[in-house]
Amino acid sequence: MRLYEYEGKILAQKVGIPVPAGKMVDSPEKAREVAGEIKGEVVVKAQILLGGRGKAGGVRFASDPGEAEKVTREMLATRVRDRKVEKVLVEKKLEIVEEMYLGITIDEINKRMILLAGKTGGVEVEAIAQKPGAGFARALVDPFIGVPGFRAKELAKHLGATDKGLGALGNIVSRLYALVQKFDASVAEINPLVKTKDGSYLAADCRVEIDDDAIFRQKELESLGIFPREERGREPTELERKGAEIDRVDHRGVAGRVVEFDGDTALIIGGGGASLTVFDAILKYGGKPANYCEIGGNPTVRKLQLLTELILSKPGVKRLAVVTNVLSNTRVDLVARGVIKGMLNRGLDPRNFPVVFRVPGAWEDEGFRILDKYGIKYFDRTHTMDEAAQYICQMGRS
Amino acid sequence: MSILINEKTRILVQGITGREAATFTKDMMDYGSKVVAGVTPGKQGQKVHGIPVFDTVKEAVEKQKANAAVVSVPPAFAKDAVMEAADGGLSPIACLTERIPKRDVIEMVAYADLKGVKIIGPNSPGVISPAKKAKLGFLGGNNPERAFRPGHIGVVSRSGGMCTEVANLISNAGMGISTAIGMGGDSVVGSTYLDYFPLFEQDPETHAVVLFCEPGGTKEDVLAEWIPGHFTKPVVAFFGGKFVDNMPGMRFGHASVIVRPGSGATKDKTRLFQQAGVRVVEVYSDIPKALREMLQERVKKSGKAISAARKKSRPAKPQAKKIKKTGKAKKAGKKR
Amino acid sequence: MGLFVTVKLNPEECQDGCKSCLDVCPVGIFRIEGGKVKVVADNEDECTFCELCLERCGQKLVEIIKNY
Repeated sequence: MRLYEYEGKILAQKVGIPVPAGKMVDSPEKAREVAGEIKGEVVVKAQILLGGRGKAGGVRFASDPGEAEKVTREMLATRVRDRKVEKVLVEKKLEIVEEMYLGITIDEINKRMILLAGKTGGVEVEAIAQKPGAGFARALVDPFIGVPGFRAKELAKHLGATDKGLGALGNIVSRLYALVQKFDASVAEINPLVKTKDGSYLAADCRVEIDDDAIFRQKELESLGIFPREERGREPTELERKGAEIDRVDHRGVAGRVVEFDGDTALIIGGGGASLTVFDAILKYGGKPANYCEIGGNPTVRKLQLLTELILSKPGVKRLAVVTNVLSNTRVDLVARGVIKGMLNRGLDPRNFPVVFRVPGAWEDEGFRILDKYGIKYFDRTHTMDEAAQYICQMGRS
Repeated sequence: MSILINEKTRILVQGITGREAATFTKDMMDYGSKVVAGVTPGKQGQKVHGIPVFDTVKEAVEKQKANAAVVSVPPAFAKDAVMEAADGGLSPIACLTERIPKRDVIEMVAYADLKGVKIIGPNSPGVISPAKKAKLGFLGGNNPERAFRPGHIGVVSRSGGMCTEVANLISNAGMGISTAIGMGGDSVVGSTYLDYFPLFEQDPETHAVVLFCEPGGTKEDVLAEWIPGHFTKPVVAFFGGKFVDNMPGMRFGHASVIVRPGSGATKDKTRLFQQAGVRVVEVYSDIPKALREMLQERVKKSGKAISAARKKSRPAKPQAKKIKKTGKAKKAGKKR
Repeated sequence: MGLFVTVKLNPEECQDGCKSCLDVCPVGIFRIEGGKVKVVADNEDECTFCELCLERCGQKLVEIIKNY
């Protein structure tokens, strides 16, 4: 779960990382108030879950409370990087002399957390960090030791700190790792980490991602006003929201994580890897998916039924394909029951509406009996998912 | 031969009294694997399908001489269970549990490194070596012999379901599997391609390796860099989820399937694989054809009688015995 | 009666009302109504044929019928 900048800064403060004076607000009036408290020039920053705000007009300056109000009003009325702006962060404008990068993320090859310290901060650091000679220092973290003081000092030195700055910057390095440990973050980035005219170091921006699988034990987040939410690359559609509700009906199995597309072929596909494979194959053979929806983990009949009803409710859907890999634990017969019930509830006769199954594996004999009874065309395990995809793309066209 | 597990593998199931474990334990036993003990704290003295249950791994190892583990416990307890197995010297440890916090995974993997044991997963369906009737986990469900015929193709898959699907395809095409591994669908897993490939290189019974890959992360990139100069056998790879390239930031399928700016796209991974001599097929149905072609090319090049060996692998059942005979005194099962 | 599965039982004949079927059913097919065990019609199609209810019912009052 990616946090907003202001949320990340709440966590940063919790572990003692200095951040600029400021506050998140959701109205122009409150922005004026906060700017008045801060005194002097402020910066108004759109709170969206995407980088690259600066270039997109999501970071603007204001010299007095009146201007802060005006800027906020404008920002709340526009979209930044195609996201609705509902909140802004009003902060004291800093007198920056240096911008750096400090981040911690997971190194999936070394299977450790890795610290990354770069002499250039600001946007597009991902691209720069890959290039050799870009001034980035890396340090893997032993989970049983953490970040020793000397390592933090080395990285501070690499970033150009001297004198008292060495301790101050070293502290930020240690504390960023403390944040990661305390809040189960999978990514924590200060970009830019800035040095101001008076020689102090602050987190000018802060990007934190909390490990979705650890949210169950991060009760403190809620007390800090940070609540679990679903993460996507864009805002969910109505259909997607309803799908998520179906998935929540019951903890058994996955069925309902829907991503909507604008085609005419409704898909129920699984499991994780197979759904990716099937989707590719359907695109390759000229099909137009109405949705992506993965099933797995032996979902209940009811979840499958509701899901079928939902994806068939999309206007313009002309056919339905149910395709999975050879199943080990999800049951063919239960999938067949759920899908058929869903079709009937939508008033669709499986004999007339174009529908095809390629769902072999556990309890397939029972499943095939059900499909036979309702006159549904199916492929067994001697036919690949690619063959099924080709068939689907022809189905109901003639 | 096989890698990771063989007929000498004595399996301990952690969480054996759970619903899922009760099912796959029976499936493993029916298949012919040696399940020797179970662990569920507080349930010592019980039996599951006749297998004795212990409170601790320590006792289970002492009494039943277990040497490998399957871990199927809820996510909040998985780290401790895996560390307990590692402490007991069990290897490999197949961790089937999904949704374990990453911080826990990093710690348990570091602990396994310290103890010199290998973790498969988490979020893995396990591993299977058909000629040895050895299986850790639930690959193939209650009739693994349908999808996994004994043979000479190694399989490594980021997806559990596709591990079975790809093996089924290879078996249908008249070939068979030496060892198939579900690597696990998470971004951090105990063992990656780099941990398995040296074992496949050393295993004389593995003639080629098939990979099921997905978008996201850098595991394939690192493998592509490693292969030249280290791996001499044919490799065929397929990427599921090519469409994800065009949808950065969106998550599909597994937790690790997300394309970020500048990394994870299948088109880049495909290019790197091709540069490393890996054959990347466009549709997975083409895997058997690509395997045949590459194995034939290899025969031409090396002059070795690999095609003969491949032919031998076709009638799966009678062959299994022969392989067993020659499979003695091999180190891969124990080697980490 | 479900579309695919019908679970039948006769509560009048259930002497002890032991509720075993209710305890073992992993998909909630049984419930107590007015002190008697009843079938939840909405859940019949969730039946996985695990047959735990048949095993546990001392009086053999449960019957599972496939409608296909």
